[in-house]
Amino acid sequence: MTETAITTRSPKEIVVLRPSKGWAALNLKDLWTFRELIYFLTWRDIKVRYKQTVLGAAWAILQPLLNMLVLTVIFGNLAKMSTGDIPRPIFTFTALLPWGLFSKALTDAGRSMLSNRSMITKIYFPRLIIPLSSVLGGVVDFLIQFVILLLMMVYYRVVPTVAVWTLPLFLLLAIVTALGFGLWLSALNVLYRDVNYILPFLTQIWLLVTPVAYAAKEVPARWQMLYALNPMVGVVEGFRWALLGTQTLQWSVLGISALISLTLLVTGALYFRRMERTFADMI
Amino acid sequence: MTDLAIRVENLGKEYRIGTQVDSYPTLRDTLVEAVKWPVRMIRHGYTSTVETIWALRDISFDVKQGEVLGVIGRNGAGKSTLLKILSRVTEPSEGYAEIHGRVGSLLEVGTGFHPELTGRENIFLNGAILGMKREEIEKKFDEIVDFSGVEKFIDTPVKRYSSGMYLRLAFAVAAHMEPEILVVDEVLAVGDAEFQRKCLGKMSDVAQEGRTVLFVSHNMSAIQRLTNETIILEKGKMVLRAPSAQAVDYYLSSGFAQTGERTWQPDEIPANSAPFHPIALRVCNPQGKVVDTVRSTEPTSIAFEYQLDSPVNDLRVGIYLLNTHGDHIFTSFDTDDQTQYEQYGARCAGRYISVCKIPEDFLNEGRYILGVNASVFRVRRFFQDEHALAFAVDVTGAPGMQWLETRLGLMRPRLSWAIQELEA
Repeated sequence: MTETAITTRSPKEIVVLRPSKGWAALNLKDLWTFRELIYFLTWRDIKVRYKQTVLGAAWAILQPLLNMLVLTVIFGNLAKMSTGDIPRPIFTFTALLPWGLFSKALTDAGRSMLSNRSMITKIYFPRLIIPLSSVLGGVVDFLIQFVILLLMMVYYRVVPTVAVWTLPLFLLLAIVTALGFGLWLSALNVLYRDVNYILPFLTQIWLLVTPVAYAAKEVPARWQMLYALNPMVGVVEGFRWALLGTQTLQWSVLGISALISLTLLVTGALYFRRMERTFADMI
Repeated sequence: MTDLAIRVENLGKEYRIGTQVDSYPTLRDTLVEAVKWPVRMIRHGYTSTVETIWALRDISFDVKQGEVLGVIGRNGAGKSTLLKILSRVTEPSEGYAEIHGRVGSLLEVGTGFHPELTGRENIFLNGAILGMKREEIEKKFDEIVDFSGVEKFIDTPVKRYSSGMYLRLAFAVAAHMEPEILVVDEVLAVGDAEFQRKCLGKMSDVAQEGRTVLFVSHNMSAIQRLTNETIILEKGKMVLRAPSAQAVDYYLSSGFAQTGERTWQPDEIPANSAPFHPIALRVCNPQGKVVDTVRSTEPTSIAFEYQLDSPVNDLRVGIYLLNTHGDHIFTSFDTDDQTQYEQYGARCAGRYISVCKIPEDFLNEGRYILGVNASVFRVRRFFQDEHALAFAVDVTGAPGMQWLETRLGLMRPRLSWAIQELEA
């Protein structure tokens, strides 16, 4: 009698449960099966973010604009650092876009496991989805801000060079960097709640060692290689180069940045997978 | 082999003591440990200093497709751990399990619901979390809304829902996924009796469709009604697998201390029962002595001792009385009486004892099971142990003892009879 009910179903997948030892594989196939959940969680984060605020989604634009204002006034009028021949507001705003994506991803992904703990302790899905969708939520904000940037470029009559076509690559690099750090922090936060307290400091100090308010060439030449260890240096300088046509892009700096970002992403994902099995018990 | 749904072999789960309940390590602890570690290695060699506990060990069983298997056991026996492993929330520490098909669970109602989102949005979100495909949700959307009965509020954020509406909507989503294997943990199921009935109804529907069900419950009559076979877990071990009636009989008539007293060990008290902390349940005769067998001709006191670590409002502490088939004979709470309720509804932190008197000439001979419950009506259940203690009733001196027969029925009341000869 159950024959018909069973034959109409697709062939059943067999899941084997056993204790995993050492480093787990990434299991991207599982991630693919649950791709709709990535979409729904990202959509939820975006949908909920500006609920019950007066200005709503305008905050996505206001935040970097206000940041730009502050940084322009301080670094332009007080510190008087040179931006070359590019108007300071657009010089700063171009950098604030990938920076905002990065710092938001860092904070959101870092806290994401804890804020979704009720799901983690009750139901199975690839845990990678949680930090992943926090990072993706930031990309949507980025796209909104990008429209503002385009308007500013029109206003300041900045014409991009052919290098503009490389922009998607730099966006990808920004996402990879953000995701790499996000994975590390989210996994660490399950074990050590200290991460919650470190996060605000981390983003604050990181902003200062990233060429957002100033140009990377202000950093003395002998420190450049050390400076390049911060992968956001490559990302931010890359954005300026692609959009504003700042004269040179140091390929060695970019190479180091990209290498570090990729290393972080791979090790972050592996570490996350390794810790994943204890999440439900530890969180 | 093809009709296998679940295979479990030597499954075990080890927890570090404390990890589940409270402490998580801070960075500082880890750093200190890292420094100390080499020193300890030199001094003591490699020994693990972490205390662990096996919540589950050496569990092996098969479930065939379409089979409805019951799982029973006392608090802390490992039932929830077993379900958590089988639904892939947590990994086993040893052993092996094989799951053929999608597992859905009826205990996760409302997981991932976001209060700011509307009912409609939450149906999609929750459906995705439960592993449903988008088109699947779209297809069943009307059915889900219909089932939940919240059509009018479907575009209202669920934070404005009453708790009943919220639960109905959440349940409707969960009930409309079509897993090959359904896992129901009635022990954790929230909600009122009506909701629990709905859960059971849905479960038996699923079972009749020929799908596999794993059913964890303290409700012995539901276990017997809905399952064919039942396994019994005791302190993390599987002690028996038998046809359900037999298993329930075994469970209710064995494993109880024959002393008339039950105390609770720390590992038998769930972490979420705080601030309520059960201490002991005793059956006493009129002389105040703790006894295993009481006389039906004397009143019996049931004393439940417990501690409150912080004040609780509207608390009620009570007992269940069951026969050995698991049927409830009565339920009674210490604040049932209006004046008691006004005086003790709100209780400060401290140690308490609630004593209830079962009058003489009430129960028939046999064995009875006592359960305890501490809760705030419709708000929270702190602690529940439906089968805490067993005791026997001796009917020496009871009415009708001049005839050596077994009287039918659970009660043995001394009723007054009037006999009158009617004139012809």
